[in-house]
Parts: sequence; C-alpha cells; structure tokens
Amino acid sequence: MSVNVEDYIARIEEACGAEKDFIVLFKYDKKDEVIAKILKKASVEKTVAGIIFDLTFKGFSFRLYGTGKAIFKKINDKEEFYKVLADLLL
Amino acid sequence: MFDPYKIREDFPILKRKINNHQLIYFDNAATTQKPKQVIEAIKEFYEKNNANVHRAVHTLSLEATELYESAHEEVAKFINAKDINEIIFVRGTTEAINFVAYAWGLRNLKRGDEVLVSLMEHHSNIVPWEILSKIKGFKVKYVDVNADGTLNYEALEKAISQKTKIVSITHVSNITGAINNVKRVAKAAHEHDALVLVDGAQSVPHIPIDVKDLDADFLAFSGHKMLAPTGIGVLYGKRELLEKMEPFHGGGEMIREVSYNPATGRCLISWNDLPWKFEAGTPNISGGIGLMAAIKYLKKLGMENVKAHECALTEYALKRMEECEKVTVYGPDASSRCGLIPFNIEGFNSHDVALFLDSYGIMIRSGFHCAQPLHQKLGLSSSARASFYIYNTKEEIDQFIGALKEIERSL
Repeated sequence: MSVNVEDYIARIEEACGAEKDFIVLFKYDKKDEVIAKILKKASVEKTVAGIIFDLTFKGFSFRLYGTGKAIFKKINDKEEFYKVLADLLL
Repeated sequence: MFDPYKIREDFPILKRKINNHQLIYFDNAATTQKPKQVIEAIKEFYEKNNANVHRAVHTLSLEATELYESAHEEVAKFINAKDINEIIFVRGTTEAINFVAYAWGLRNLKRGDEVLVSLMEHHSNIVPWEILSKIKGFKVKYVDVNADGTLNYEALEKAISQKTKIVSITHVSNITGAINNVKRVAKAAHEHDALVLVDGAQSVPHIPIDVKDLDADFLAFSGHKMLAPTGIGVLYGKRELLEKMEPFHGGGEMIREVSYNPATGRCLISWNDLPWKFEAGTPNISGGIGLMAAIKYLKKLGMENVKAHECALTEYALKRMEECEKVTVYGPDASSRCGLIPFNIEGFNSHDVALFLDSYGIMIRSGFHCAQPLHQKLGLSSSARASFYIYNTKEEIDQFIGALKEIERSL
C-alpha cells in the first residue's frame, strides 16, 4: 500500500499576517511518527525544552512543535514547499 | 459576589487538559466558551419545544414562538432598546453590518456621498462598504488613529461633513481593546444629519450598554462572543429608521401577503410587522434561545461586575508583562481598554508565540485578527493577542507570564 503526504497531514493553514507563514497540523494519531521522521531527516539547529525544534531541510527553516504542529516561514513558492513536505514525510 | 472560580464550574470545557496542561482559554475576543446553562437551554428546547415559529397553531409551535419572541425581549432589555420592534436576529455582527449596508445603504447612498469608518475597524466593517461603494459610487473615508491605536476624534470630527451619510465605527477595537467614545461620535454625526452604526462585537459582551444613552442609530453584535452559540447575532435599529427601510432578505415569514394579480401577471407583496419583516425564512430559533440564556447568565453576574473583573485582569496582565523584557504591548493603558492585549515578542513572530503557548495549553490568537489596516498603521506584520472573560483568573495570567518568560529564555 502506497503512503501519501495526506496520510500524515490533517490541515495546512496559510496564516494571516505579512510573513507568508504556513502552519502544518499533522494528524494527531500520526504525530509521533511524523516527529520521528522529520527529526531523522532535518538538521536540528536548536531545541527548546525538548518539545520545540528549530530545523532546516533543503534550504527551508522551520519550527516543529511536540504538539504535532510545524510552522514554515516566508514561503514564496508553494509548490516547492509542498515538495519539501513530501520529501520530509515520505 | 463576582467569583470567577465559582463561574468556572459552569463551563465544562474549562476542565479539559490540552497538550497535558490545564486549558487556559485566552481567545475570548474570537469566541467565548459556553456555560452549561446555555447548553442546557438549547438541549431543553430540542427535547421539549422544538417546532417552527410563527407558522402553525399547534402547541409546540406556540411554545417555540413564545420562547423565540422572549429572546428578542431579553435582548431589548439588555441593551435598553424601546422594545422588540428594534431587535432583529441575524447570524452575527458581520451579517448585521452587511444588513445595514444593503437594506439602508443600497437605497440611501449615491455618488458624492461619504461613508466614514476608521482605520481600527474589523474587516467586517470595511468590506461591506467598499463592495457597496463600487455599486453606488459613494466614497469610503477612513479616519486616522493615534500612535497607541486610539481613535483620533479631532480627525473624525473634521472629516464629518454634509456629504457624510453614515459613520460606521467600532465601539471597542478587536486589536487594542481601546474603547471609543461612540456617544461623542454620534453627537458629531447627528449634527450633520448622518447616521451612526456601532460595531458592538467587542463591547456588548463586556461592558454595560444603553443604546438610548449612546444614541446609536444601529448597533451590531454577535451572540457567540457573549456565551451564546455561533450563528446568532443582533442588529438593533431605531424603530423610525427600521420602519422606513426595505427588507434585506426576501422569503417566508417576512411578508404579510403575496397576492397574484392576473391582470398584471405580477405579485403584490406587503411586509410583515417589525421586527419580523427583517427575519426571512426559518430563523435560528435554538440560537435565539441560547442567546437569551446567555444574557440571563450575564445579567445575573451584572455587567458592571463583568467589566470590573476584566479591567482588573487586564491591569494585572499589563503590569506583569512589563517583567518580560522582549515583549512589546500595543494599545492604550488599562483604564481606556477592554480585556484585550495585543503583543509581540522580539525574535518570534505571532504564530510562533501562539504555537508555543499552545504547547502549554494556553489558547491565544495570532495574525491580523481581521484588522489589517490597523496593523499597517501600527507598523506591525502581525500580532499575538490575549483576551479575557468572566472565567479567567490571575493564576491563569501568572501561568501565561511564565510561558512568555520561557519563550524569552528560548531565544
């Protein structure tokens, strides 16, 4: 059975504000699996209290929360962003 | 006696834990939580009285009608309107403003006229006027705000002229919590024969309101920001204005008669009495009953007490936020605002702050809060916002401050 990005993501919110941020909400029952996958692939720049991680992956900087949410900042190319998400999760 | 700890017992959701922390709900400006009295009132209606209103002679319909009309009466008394003829149930503040824009503005505004709003308005008090101005050709003029986000009254009074037909202004800013002196605005508008629409979304739930004293021609507010369910709100209008206005929506209930004339091949339509001429179709009956229960709950607490509690919390939070070196707070001092605190933390954007606090079970809002022009004016790309209500406590603020300090330490 093939696995898709949609299997891991509940919602992607384009946050309002001038920053062009995208907030990714991972499926609650998959959050531990997602966090493990992402931490394996991305470089950890900083950890806060063991529940918040500042990460970089293929030129994208983002912050991952232990609650199963991630914020990707200043996204100008949506297609590239979705591609990076797929690379992170699959 | 006003006791937030006792009040909390009425709100089942406040017992929840989120992300392994006791829920702290500081997003009350977006929507409030619901007490069991409101939840029960809706449940009881569906279990005992559910029927359509105004349309049947059977017992259930009469019971439902009586409850629904009582809800209008409760709202009328709450804001000191003359009677239920001045109370129209709508979906919320946004619909109420659109209601005035279309039911009044479409017939009364023309090229050369001006509609005055301020830069601190919620998008719901900007967009309807901008859309209508493209149809009717009038101008939407924006009144400036001061550096602290308060209304510039001199600029407003200078901007009002004989061209001004309506001043549509918020009572309380949904960003800074700044309380506008709408009585002063109404006086200035009326001196030029302009009407005044007050967006009461952030004031009616928090401070005592007397429409006669404010002398507002229209007042719009939402139920869900004052303990009631979503999808119910109110447009208050002075009776003499509502009587002259044509309906906003057409359909069942808002008509008295639709008679077909074979000679002309058309229907002759006459409208129902106020307020029903403005409530087309089957209304949100359970929402109205929920709103009535919410108002009864607030009246029991006393709106002066509600205001005092929120002022005390805001003052306490503002004082404690001074301990956070990297936190910048926006808006006027505690005496001139309701329980809203917009802020940013240096090095974090607002969504980061909201996500961080979420990890600690603290719910706040981030972004533009549907008020982009004010953010532009204040030079902000976005802001985080904590907003309080009757069930919030100083202990919750202490935990909030602790989490803010944790964010600062993480930098």
